[in-house]
Amino acid sequence: MPHKTFFAFILPSLIAMVLFIALPIVSVVVQSFYVEHSRVLVEVENCQPFGGCTKEVRVDSAATAALKKEQPLGQFNGFGTYLNRGHLAVAEIGQIISTSKGFGDAVARIYNLPFYKALAFTLVFCFVVTPLAMALGFAIALGVNALPKIVKGPTIFFSLLPMIITPLVGSLILFWMINPQGIIGATIQHIFNDPTLSLRASPALTWASLLFYGVWTNAPFSFVVFYAGLQTVPGDTLESAMIDGASRWERIRYVIIPHLAPLATFVALVQLMDNFRVFEPIVGFSAEANATSLSWLIYNDLSGDTQLFGSAGATSVLTIAGVIVLLMPVLVRTWREFNRKVI
Amino acid sequence: MSESLAQKRPLALQTLITMLIVLWVVVAAFPFIWTVWGSFKVEVDFFSRESWWNAIFGTNTLKQTGSTFTGAGYYGAWVTREFWRAVGNTAIVTVSVTVISLTLGTLGGYALARSGQRYAFWILIAALVFRAMPHITLVSGYLLPFFQLNIWGVLPTSIIVLVAINQPFTLWMLHSFFLSIPKDLDESAMVDGCTRFRAFRMVIIPVMWPGVVTTGLFSFLLAYNDFATTSMLLSADNQTMVPKIASFLGSVQEQGKVMFAVAAVVSATVPLFILVLFFQRQIVSGLTAGAVKG
Repeated sequence: MPHKTFFAFILPSLIAMVLFIALPIVSVVVQSFYVEHSRVLVEVENCQPFGGCTKEVRVDSAATAALKKEQPLGQFNGFGTYLNRGHLAVAEIGQIISTSKGFGDAVARIYNLPFYKALAFTLVFCFVVTPLAMALGFAIALGVNALPKIVKGPTIFFSLLPMIITPLVGSLILFWMINPQGIIGATIQHIFNDPTLSLRASPALTWASLLFYGVWTNAPFSFVVFYAGLQTVPGDTLESAMIDGASRWERIRYVIIPHLAPLATFVALVQLMDNFRVFEPIVGFSAEANATSLSWLIYNDLSGDTQLFGSAGATSVLTIAGVIVLLMPVLVRTWREFNRKVI
Repeated sequence: MSESLAQKRPLALQTLITMLIVLWVVVAAFPFIWTVWGSFKVEVDFFSRESWWNAIFGTNTLKQTGSTFTGAGYYGAWVTREFWRAVGNTAIVTVSVTVISLTLGTLGGYALARSGQRYAFWILIAALVFRAMPHITLVSGYLLPFFQLNIWGVLPTSIIVLVAINQPFTLWMLHSFFLSIPKDLDESAMVDGCTRFRAFRMVIIPVMWPGVVTTGLFSFLLAYNDFATTSMLLSADNQTMVPKIASFLGSVQEQGKVMFAVAAVVSATVPLFILVLFFQRQIVSGLTAGAVKG
């Protein structure tokens, strides 16, 4: 295809991506180096006829607004936002390490810094939910494959629901059931006879229920992909494995799993990308007291009364760096494969 | 696997498998059934501390309204809190996003599938990286420029942004779909004297609909399910369904009108339910197409 025709075809799509994905990334980087203006203060002398004069410091709101209008980005801050307490907290960490009473204490104190708290949950969510959901999806795929044909359709139908559902809606539906007043929450309270037992009160329970939501909503995707993969397992290989005396488990271990391995890489990649942006369940479960994520931090900076663009920008840049680190193995592999093909 | 194999399974294993699947189907489906049922009750029944039998039989619903089912939640959400407006906005946004993404995506995906140049590969890799960006990081880049340009808060802005966010995925999916259409088809048309555009229009468009429908379903889902972008980019008057539901949570819970939110959540689930009912095959094939080729 000639270059000219190629670009004629792809131009609209390319323009959309450059304008609304590439430029915003640049804009986020620029924003992260600026910080909001501090308010303009003026010293006002207040003189009363008999009391003499008092000096008072006031906020000059007109001047503040004018400054804001003139420089909407705020003032230049360099890497200041990255290093402050809300982000990488370099000074705080140095202090924690020098004064801590052992490893556990240091970790606990670092966990209390907002950025690291969010990072911890995001990573745990990514690396716990992804393998669990894949294992569950694989088990369901094996199970559904063994079912009679008539029940397969309805089973797939119901299995798709948790995946297709709007994340915020899905997490609300689960949250209302796990709530102390909801069916599951109330039942658990009855069983343990403990009326104070509540999802929101305990960080461990909050994390557990968020992870449960993650597995619930991610498992169907692995199930569908693995189920489709199972249909392509070569019958001959299975049969010869049986003739060689392989048990059921050995057939799964040595024939089916190797056959599905490339699919598993794909599923793991997609789910890691999606789970890294975990955000809606935290809003749906109102879990921000016990669990936050990187995306939630950005949302929180942007949705307050005063929008902290600098802070949101810095968190965004750090998140994007995280995404690139996460994608690195794939990018390197694709690059190598492409070079081999060219040579 | 053959039928004879399936029959040889021992009874214990078959029971175990059946139990696992039944358990999974219950875990997957019960929350939806429960919420749909509960949305027709009053709050003290659906959120009953005493016993969940109240929610099943509607004990307090009967006492308060004189019937075991009530549409009060739906009336409150749709009429009092004007949820219908959000539904209309969602319809506009999702339809526009799907149509525009597919138009741009088919052209781009076709070009990528037929080019074979080095830059086509780089565009695909860039699209993969863009696909992985959390949407909220992009949103924090939009806000300030959009405020400056005075285009914040209106539907067209959100539509264009969602189209752009959707492009990487659409390009990948349609790229791999067009790869599966034999090159000879359009090339023979070009040998017969068609230009590339004419070949695309006369030969490719008639055969591309299965791939376009599948990709369209996922574009629709992305626009429909989005919360990060629409909640930050739309003003309160122009909200779509999902941010509207989120706004119910802040204001409604104190007023003791959680049932409005429950009714709105159920209303937002219904279209997805219908979608899966009619397009189950396309959704499954779309999920696996990406997997087998990508």
